[in-house]
Parts: sequence; structure tokens; C-alpha cells
Amino acid sequence: MLMGDYTKPLPKIDELTRPYWEYARRHELSVQRCRACGHHQFPPAPVCQQCLGDDLGWQVVSGRGRLVTWTWFHRAYWSSFVEELPYNVAVIRLEEGPQIISNLVGALAEEGAAQRQGLPVRAVFDDVTPEISLVRFAQDGDA
Amino acid sequence: MKHLKDRIAVAGVGHTAFGSFPEKSDYGLAAEAFRAALADCGLRKEDVDGLVCCRIPYYVRMGEVLGIDPRWTMQTPAHGRMSGIAIIEAMMAIACGAADCVALLYANIGRSRRVNYGGDESSGFWDPWGMTSPGAAHALMFRSHMERYGTTTRQLAEVPVAIRANAALNPSAVMREPITIDDHARARRIAAPLGLLDYCLINDGAGCLILTSRERARDLAKPPVLISGVGAQDAFTGSSISNYADNFWYDELQAVAGQVYTMAGVGPSSIDALMAYDNFSPTVLFSLEGLGFCGRGESGSFVAAGALRHDGRLPTNTDGGHLSNSYMQGWALNIEAVRQLRGECGSRQLPNCEVVQYVAATPCCRSIIYTRG
Repeated sequence: MLMGDYTKPLPKIDELTRPYWEYARRHELSVQRCRACGHHQFPPAPVCQQCLGDDLGWQVVSGRGRLVTWTWFHRAYWSSFVEELPYNVAVIRLEEGPQIISNLVGALAEEGAAQRQGLPVRAVFDDVTPEISLVRFAQDGDA
Repeated sequence: MKHLKDRIAVAGVGHTAFGSFPEKSDYGLAAEAFRAALADCGLRKEDVDGLVCCRIPYYVRMGEVLGIDPRWTMQTPAHGRMSGIAIIEAMMAIACGAADCVALLYANIGRSRRVNYGGDESSGFWDPWGMTSPGAAHALMFRSHMERYGTTTRQLAEVPVAIRANAALNPSAVMREPITIDDHARARRIAAPLGLLDYCLINDGAGCLILTSRERARDLAKPPVLISGVGAQDAFTGSSISNYADNFWYDELQAVAGQVYTMAGVGPSSIDALMAYDNFSPTVLFSLEGLGFCGRGESGSFVAAGALRHDGRLPTNTDGGHLSNSYMQGWALNIEAVRQLRGECGSRQLPNCEVVQYVAATPCCRSIIYTRG
């Protein structure tokens, strides 16, 4: 893909989120981890939500999780999404605890397909620009 | 809070017409509602020594426009959850003597400004995945409710259909044409499983409530309506997905129910009318379960067969709510509660209406029980 072709919203990367996007570029899913109490959290925050400590690092996680819920957008709030309508957005509960927003791909990327609450899913990465890779989720066991 | 039961009253209420007013300003609309509320209770603007501004750009300018210099002022963000919060804050301000008479003002010109409630207008961490808008967050929650409890979109349809039937009885409602469950199913999807008829209106308008002590309210033009109970519980720790909660705020609403019913000394069975914040139709279901009007997961069957209609077993949003009357972010629902208790509602007046409850199921859950003074 040529630079500038991608018109969908891109992350606003700052000090707090940079490590996440660097791991994602290497196709690794990560969450913030408190070195004092071991709490996992995402999106990242300046302190640990559990113990208020500020010795926070990043941990690469398994990429496995479960589908919590999903919706199909039939309206585009950004014109760059118009051609994809309807597109899905899902909530995934990671094995390690944190809950994240992502998109379902593969067999689950069709409205009315086999989405079920609790379905095992696994992370796959989509290189949308030379710098940015977005995590998406496929049914665990899909080729 | 039990010692504040029945001490503070809503003395005056007022609102503008609801619709599209591109020629008006926030300040102009709010001033019109303020004038109406003063006329309603017979107070003069000089009597007002407390001011709350919600969705109004700048409280100082608002005071200047109205020509008032309060001794207690509060400005809130333009969030719907702020109406219940602000009324409770004003009640406490009067109870502790910080003000004698508080005017709460709300103005919205979102329609004329073409507010979208999503996209770059409210950018967030999840934008790259296309996640945006409070409606989509409610779609995620309702899908989860369907998965967990077997709730159907036809059951959900009962909410906007009943609330539209109520709006048909309200001459100032924006949408009064009756709708059916099939209309709900045929409406265009926005964030499935939610469609157009699950979304509140976006319209311009303003509202005002004037609160004072019960004693002072007794000397004014209208019979006082008392704040008999309040309840509050926020849900911030799991809020990284805006306007989304895994538990539909059930636990928080249960906490709110415990507070509000204990303080008022009543339970759900005493409620003559419910005013439930209906930004999106699932919110009404979550409110019914959280407050205990039905069991957890049972709201779908509870609302069947017109239960929420004016003549149903729990008349809800008798003015037509946000879904059909006006997008006044909770303010119009609180005004409707007052008017039902005063017996001012014309053809939509409930007989023997003595206890009315307001509830907002949001990251800041709030409820208020009003009774006749």
C-alpha cells in the first residue's frame, strides 16, 4: 500500500500508547502490566488502576480471548467506512483479563454468521499502513 | 440522605417549543425556559440565588443574559446523565443553605448544529476499528442482553412503540405519528441490532426547573412537588468503551434502588409513573431490571403488550421521552414528573398520580422519586 492511501482513522500515538503500537507492528498483542501488583490493564493509563503504582510495563499476551458482544454498523460516521458497510465491531475479553474493541474477520465477518457470546477467538494482524497494524479477531481454530 | 426526604421542592418548571430553531441561540432558548418557569411558580428572577447551567456554553454569560448574580453556581458538561446529577446537587445546595432558590437551565441546539454523536466529533481510542457513537455502545449491550437472556428485537420494539403512543397524547411532542412493532423491524439499521426507531431524537429546545425549600414552595403559585428520594452510583472503572457496561449497569442501579427507595420509604410497586432516560430503547429495559420492576433478564417480557403505555401497568415516559417527545437529556422527563404530580397533563394525565420516579442508566446512574407536597 502506498503512503496516504489509507483514509480511515489512525491512532493518535503518544508516550503512553507507543509501546502498544510498536508491538502491534511486530504482530504481537500487548497490554499494560503493573510491575508492583501484576494487574493487567488496557487501554493504558498513567498509573495502575488497582494499586495506583506507576511502575508500569508492557506484556505480550496470548492473543486468545472470547467474543463478548458485537454490532454491525450500517451507518458510516467516517466517509472512509462507507464502502465497507455493514462492518462489524466486537468486544473481546482477553484471556489475561482486559476487554478490548476490535473487528471480527474470516468466517465471523458476515452479518448473521456464527457469532455467539463466549466464542473462542484469536488475534490476527492487519497491516493497514507501513507503520500501523490493527489487531482483529478470527474464530479460534480457523485456518 | 434520609434526613433530606421531602425537604426540597420543585416549585416551577418551564420549557420552550421543541423542534428546529436555527435562528435561536443557546442563551435565548434557555432564557425563554427560565421566563416560563418563573411565570409557572410566580417567583421573580431576583429571588433566584443559585444557578445550574447544562449544555450552555458559559455560565457567566448566561447570568449576564438573565441579569442575575447568584451566590451558588454550577456548570455541567453536556451529558444526559447530568440532569439527575444536577437536580440532586441543587437539592443538597438548598438543604445546606448554599442557596435558597436554584434555577437549573438546559439548552440544546444540537439539531441546528447537526451534531452526529460519533466520528471525528467525538474521537476516541477505538476509532481505528470503526467504533464510535453512544448508539453503537448500546447496540453492543443489547446484543449481549439477547445472548444472555434470549431477549428479542420484537420485545425491544415494545419500548419505542409504547413511548410513541404516549407522545401521541402530548401536543408538544416532536414525533406523534403512531408506530408498530413491524415499523420498528422495518426501520433502517444504524448499529444492528438497533435501528432508527431505537434512537432518540435530536432536536432543539430548552428546559428549566426551579427548586426551593418545601416551606417556601408552599407560598408559591403551584402546589409543590417534593423530592422524596434520591439515589446515585457511578461506574467508572470498566468504562474504557464509552457508554458501554458489561452488566448493563445492573449492580449500580441496584445500589441506586436501595438508596432511593429507602429514602422515599416506597418500593417499585408504589410507583405510579416511571420517567426512564431513553437515549436508546435498551436503556429502558436496563432501568426496569436494575430498579427491580422485574427480575434480571426479564425486561423483554415485562414490556410486552403495552406495559409502558399511558394505560399500561407501569406508565413510562408519559410525555414521549427522548424517543418521541424531545431530546432534552432528562430535563423534560423531570418536568413531566412534576406536571403529572400536579395534575397538569391534560389528555395524558394519569389518574391518582402520587409517586413518580426518574431514572438514568448511564455511567452515572441516578434516580429521583418525586411526590405530591
